[in-house]
Amino acid sequence: MKKQNRSQLLTFIKKEFMHVFRDRKTLLMLFGLPIAQIILFGFALSNEIKNSKIIIIDYSNDITTKQLIEKIDASKYFDIDTRIESADGIEAEFKKGIAKMAIIFPPNFADNLQHTGKADIQVITDGSDPNVATAITTYISIIVNDYNAAYNHTSSLPLQINAEMRMMYNPELRGAPTFVPGVMALILMLVCTMMTSAAIVKEKELGTMEILLVSPFDPVSIIISKLTPYLLISILNLLIILFLSVTLLELEIKGNIFLLIFESILFILTSLSIGLLISVNATTQKGAMMTSLMSMMLPTMLLTGFMFPIENMPWPMQVFSNLVPSRWYFITIKNVMLKGLGFSSVWKETLILISMCVLLFSISLRKFKIRLE
Amino acid sequence: MITFSNIKKTYLKGTVLALDDVSLDINKGQLFGLIGPDGAGKTTLFRILTTLLLPDSGTAIVNGLDIITDYKKIRDSIGYMPGKFSLYQDLSVEENLHFFATIFNTTIEENYELIKDIYIQIEPFKNRRAGKLSGGMKQKLALCCALIHNPEILILDEPTTGVDAVSRKEFWEMLKRLKLKGLTILVSTPYMDEANLCDQIALIQNGKILSVDEPHKIVSNFDGKLYSVKSAKIFQLMTLLKSYPDLKSCFAFGDALHATFLETTNYEELAQNLLKKGFEDIEIKEITPSIEDCFIQLVNSNK
Repeated sequence: MKKQNRSQLLTFIKKEFMHVFRDRKTLLMLFGLPIAQIILFGFALSNEIKNSKIIIIDYSNDITTKQLIEKIDASKYFDIDTRIESADGIEAEFKKGIAKMAIIFPPNFADNLQHTGKADIQVITDGSDPNVATAITTYISIIVNDYNAAYNHTSSLPLQINAEMRMMYNPELRGAPTFVPGVMALILMLVCTMMTSAAIVKEKELGTMEILLVSPFDPVSIIISKLTPYLLISILNLLIILFLSVTLLELEIKGNIFLLIFESILFILTSLSIGLLISVNATTQKGAMMTSLMSMMLPTMLLTGFMFPIENMPWPMQVFSNLVPSRWYFITIKNVMLKGLGFSSVWKETLILISMCVLLFSISLRKFKIRLE
Repeated sequence: MITFSNIKKTYLKGTVLALDDVSLDINKGQLFGLIGPDGAGKTTLFRILTTLLLPDSGTAIVNGLDIITDYKKIRDSIGYMPGKFSLYQDLSVEENLHFFATIFNTTIEENYELIKDIYIQIEPFKNRRAGKLSGGMKQKLALCCALIHNPEILILDEPTTGVDAVSRKEFWEMLKRLKLKGLTILVSTPYMDEANLCDQIALIQNGKILSVDEPHKIVSNFDGKLYSVKSAKIFQLMTLLKSYPDLKSCFAFGDALHATFLETTNYEELAQNLLKKGFEDIEIKEITPSIEDCFIQLVNSNK
């Protein structure tokens, strides 16, 4: 009997896989969507600054300015444009939107530095895009400070104290580290919830649910067989995302990869349970898809914390955000993936996700009807 | 084998009455037909029988088991084919059959004998997806799937709806052969002409059972004699007949009118009268009532 049951379950799971693999559109969505998203978020929508055009006007043209310009040029963030020869031309370039920043070295830069120990650089940025302006100003300051430090080291001038900024965990302020955890949460949530939400209601729509109910197959087995393919597909998706992040976006996974995968599977199971709950209650596939899209997409985007910091939200939204599973997952993977922390730092979030998962799954199981409406 | 006692079922919190005090007895080994138009309550009755729905009140016993408390055991002993051919459209013929055999704890080989006659007809297409089959083939596959676990009772909800005339005929032949193997078969259908193919039929309308009997007995219980009145000008004829004092009932039936009259009616005189009124091609003759005639009469007398 036991063996019989196992072969039944396997047949059912095999059948579910056939549904998935024979539905080309869904399959494309399952695998295409995550890949497209990660590439889109990783490259196109990044807020990091690469190859920004900056204008450099060097009135001094001495060895010090040459060295500084070389240093700026060596950074991959900037493309230097020296065609403009006077400060009057800057605004025109800004208006055309070609350059984001202009650096002006006044005459006698090296002389001033050597004799008075002080020299000025004028940095002008296009403030119409404050994020970019701040970011590139920071980069330039870092470069100049570096040079400053090196200069002080070789000469024997008195020590000078410099405030040095450093962005922890993401020193180069790259986009990928901030986006990848968020995109992972968003994609896994969407794919898992939407796919499962359609799974059970599809049988209802098709009328096959009537036969399944009449069969000796029990509800728990029906649910398990329905979820297994999506669980495996989601794990595969997760691995693809991680692979792309590491290879394509040059993201380093600092923590334990197995802990990361364990936490992700936990989150996948939670999302599957949400989809299950929607599916058990819905009467049409379309309705189920819409519900999962509406109820999952917005809260996940807004209340996870990867687009907008939760601390800045009004308190009712902060309270509500506690109910969004992706919020806890986001914290977990940020800690594990970017900060390289261990389980001790995320046990609370893990516990919350486990309770959510168990609760949602038992509600769906209870709501699964052994009869028709 | 199956006993329904005073089953009542409503939908939408009691606002829609689906079954109104239905009582039925179905014997073992019968081919039983549940006949009535769409919305009469056929599917609801079958769903209660298959334990998929709970009645509001009343009891039902299937094979000595109560539909509410012993629902699991009942589910093991019935084969059910729902109204829509419940097949997986994206699975092939063979995969569908294999799947349903497995979830019912059996294998195709174990009960192949039972489905052989039917399966052999669709076997050439066994690798075709169910969604690409014709209506008749879908119906055969669905029947195979319902039969695969060798049930004692076979419940078929409108199996011939949406299927061509030839396939319908073949299907009834198959049911007759299955009956010979000892199965109790329940079939619902909106087609009155299929009634004569059953051992026993129940006529159902608006959730009420109008009559339960053998088809020929239902016909012989027809009240009065039925006449077919024919003319090319059928609408004028209908209006005229309805004003005729001897008329008891009259309705259009294909290209003729089916009418009953008082016993004292002189049909010679009626024909002469109609002839004078300009119906030169008038034709009146007595006919044997069909199940549909009986159904209409029962519906009218129940109003």
